[in-house]
Amino acid sequence: MRRPRWLIPWLLMAPGLLWLLAFFVLPNLQMVAMSLSSGTIGTGFQLTWEFNNYLGAFGRFPDNFRNSLVYGGLATLLTFLIGYPLAYGIAFRGGRYKNLLLFLVIAPFFTSFLIRVISWRIILGDNGPIIAIARDVLSLVPANFSIINTPLAVVSGLTYQFLPFMVLPLYVSLEKIDHRLIEAARDLYAGPWRRGGLVWGAAGGALLVGVLLFALGYADPSLDGLLGSLPVMVVGGFAGAGIGSLLVSESFVRVTFPLSLPGVFAGSILVFIPAIGDFVNAELLGNPKTQMVGNVIQGRFLQQNDYPTAAALSFILMAAILVAIAIYARVLGTEELTGGRA
Amino acid sequence: MSTARRMRALVDRWAVPAFTALVIGYLLLPVAIMIAFSFNDPPGRFNFVWGEFSLAAWGNPLGRPRLDDAITTSLGVAVVSTVAATSLGTLIALALSRYQFRGQGATNLFIFVPMATPEIVLGASLLTLFVATAQEPLRTLTGGALFPLGFQTILVAHIMFNISYVVVTVRARLQGFDRRLEEAAMDLGANEWSTFWRVTFPLIFPGIMAAALLAFSLSIDDFIITTFTAGTSNTFPIWVWASIRNNLPPQIHVIGTIIFVVAVGLVVISTIVGNRNNRAAAAVLAPR
Repeated sequence: MRRPRWLIPWLLMAPGLLWLLAFFVLPNLQMVAMSLSSGTIGTGFQLTWEFNNYLGAFGRFPDNFRNSLVYGGLATLLTFLIGYPLAYGIAFRGGRYKNLLLFLVIAPFFTSFLIRVISWRIILGDNGPIIAIARDVLSLVPANFSIINTPLAVVSGLTYQFLPFMVLPLYVSLEKIDHRLIEAARDLYAGPWRRGGLVWGAAGGALLVGVLLFALGYADPSLDGLLGSLPVMVVGGFAGAGIGSLLVSESFVRVTFPLSLPGVFAGSILVFIPAIGDFVNAELLGNPKTQMVGNVIQGRFLQQNDYPTAAALSFILMAAILVAIAIYARVLGTEELTGGRA
Repeated sequence: MSTARRMRALVDRWAVPAFTALVIGYLLLPVAIMIAFSFNDPPGRFNFVWGEFSLAAWGNPLGRPRLDDAITTSLGVAVVSTVAATSLGTLIALALSRYQFRGQGATNLFIFVPMATPEIVLGASLLTLFVATAQEPLRTLTGGALFPLGFQTILVAHIMFNISYVVVTVRARLQGFDRRLEEAAMDLGANEWSTFWRVTFPLIFPGIMAAALLAFSLSIDDFIITTFTAGTSNTFPIWVWASIRNNLPPQIHVIGTIIFVVAVGLVVISTIVGNRNNRAAAAVLAPR
């Protein structure tokens, strides 16, 4: 062969990598420069090392950052709680319907993202089925109770939109588990997880309900708020204890779950990143107070033409994500994510 | 005791499948709502509340100003970006899985980073780059092709974000690839070129098709990145977003339903074709 062999892969990759350099790396460098620039769209932007842009961006929009972190975090938690049993069901009980079930999980992606959000406006709306059942049939909530235009609606939307991103990596890591390991655990007397399930389930259930009540603004962050939410937390505790002691086995806690941690890691990141940067759900399902960082970035870029602030906000968002991933990676520790042989 | 045990067995047996079915229903509910509301004659300007059954929107799916332009743009961007990103990405995937070379790990990571970047950052950074090309020195360098924004800038963005997804999809297919098939072809006297086109390519073709389908659906559905790179042009999602402030015609649901049905159909067809190819490969390898 005439060409040196090491050159071939680089020749194959050159067009794609150059494209990514030009339209992924270069724009990000440009945005770093922009975040340190001053000027207006009329006069042009000059790089003046304006570090105040970052202080201003952070100082002026603390609520939006808080919303992004809280809603993105809740969506990640909820997609995990919903997605794990689903992925488990498909991987362990799917039988010959596995592929069909996986297809149904990703089927929502074949409709437009915006239309799915719009559908949730219909479902959660004041005339929608959920309110109708909770208010008119079960009389659980007062007549003026709304879901739409509240934090709950935004978190519901985010949870729904990104659930498949959680399920797919979870499924991949659950599917890979060697069933003989679980059988071995049973042979070694792993039985039902009665006591642990009761305690951890009760604590987890109560904590989850508490977190949801406070984060979604249904309870005030005060002693009264805490006392007021105690009854609901107790209900959550009972539910958690029931699930933990009846459905969870020791072999799951000691074998299956630890082996699926790479999937938990990948899934959480795949949900958290788009959720924290989203602005569509907050815009269409929320109210002005539920706006996230994404809404501010979008508005600054496309309406106010305040590019330096918006660029600084984007970088703070990126930094927040990288820090979150780094912490998370230290806790769970995995290199599954990139899928490469790095 | 025996009732308790029977209860437990029942819970053990049915809790997980029941939950699975429930969540699948939850995932498909908004799709069902979309299809149902495409047959709605809404009482106001917003298709949020059920009025009465109507085929009006289906009879006139493009009957809104500038909607046809938006769909043409969407389809154009999706087709061109799919072809471009699938070609560029397949080449990278081939290089990454067929060759050992220095910098391979770094390249894997580099391919992964765009997928781990929030869309809003991808879109916003492209917008700053495009705006910067309006000024020197980038203006001469790009010939002014990237500003003002339009079809070409949407296309540039869509090719960019699709490449990584193509690489990952095709590489996954190549990892399950049986090199013995190629060796067999070489043993039978085929050279590298004809081995690639007559053995390798047909076998990885389902992977390339899957990647192309993924790229197409990501492109036609993309809203967040496109909203930063579209300027005054419309794609279908951008049109929906602009429309939603004033009205929400059922045509949106009609077009959403059409896209859904076509996409599902394409996936079903490509799965059937892929399975057939797999069986053919298995047949070649069977009498070992």
